[in-house]
Amino acid sequence: MTPIGANTVLVVAAALFVLGLAAALTRKNIIFILIAVEVMLNASGLAFVAAGAKWHQPDGQVMFLFILAMAAAEISVGLALVLQIYHQHKTLDVEDLKELSD
Amino acid sequence: MPILFYISSLVTLVATVIAITRYHPVHALLYLVVSFLAMSMIFLSLGAPFVAVLEVIVYAGAIIVLFIFVVMMLNLGKDTARQESEWLRPKVWLIPALLSLVLLGEMVALLVIGAEGEMHISVVDPARLSLSLYGGYIIAVELIGFLLMAGIVGAAHIGKHTKKHLHRFLQEKEMEKQEINI
Repeated sequence: MTPIGANTVLVVAAALFVLGLAAALTRKNIIFILIAVEVMLNASGLAFVAAGAKWHQPDGQVMFLFILAMAAAEISVGLALVLQIYHQHKTLDVEDLKELSD
Repeated sequence: MPILFYISSLVTLVATVIAITRYHPVHALLYLVVSFLAMSMIFLSLGAPFVAVLEVIVYAGAIIVLFIFVVMMLNLGKDTARQESEWLRPKVWLIPALLSLVLLGEMVALLVIGAEGEMHISVVDPARLSLSLYGGYIIAVELIGFLLMAGIVGAAHIGKHTKKHLHRFLQEKEMEKQEINI
């Protein structure tokens, strides 16, 4: 097979990660922040798989599986928290949730 | 096939940009599905077929469905979209976007300066992956099992619909507020 530039994949992963980071910094709605976190986790998984493909080893894919399981656990707990927050405060704005600040 | 890789990475980036700029949550989620499907194509062109399948099943399947269920339960619709369009002004997003763009520029510069060689893709099949997973990484697999168990129990406990219990200090405050209102 013809080769792919080794750094091209990492550049794509970096661009995806930065997109997720910008969205997480900008948004105020919790749902959109969770989506941004998901994009960032996916980008880091792409970097792992690219490294594994570069050295022809399965380790990168193993790490992707761990990231996948971690993302699933994180998102289930996060969405349960979102439901509970919405029931108690009737809002998803992160700036309104400051009960712990005083 | 490099051309498939380039096309699908372009699709991923464009779909992600559209997804993070939508106001309506469901539209954002649908563009995110496109992004994940294109990402699975990237994995396929990197010689990781098992990971590509898992990307479709778990990310584009399970996690997005979870998001859509929550959006449905909270009844987020036009009101949320309107609120988002009020929140997302250029004044708000310009500076974080510029800062992250600087970070991206640094990272791309580092990657381009340290350029070495090309990847010769060879497919790592699921049999080798599972041998490695249940060989050297068996402890990590067990730990991930613990993590998933903790996630299930935590989600079930947090998501339980309970009455609002206030701490006794807050209860006193609420009583005072009600008395003032009366």
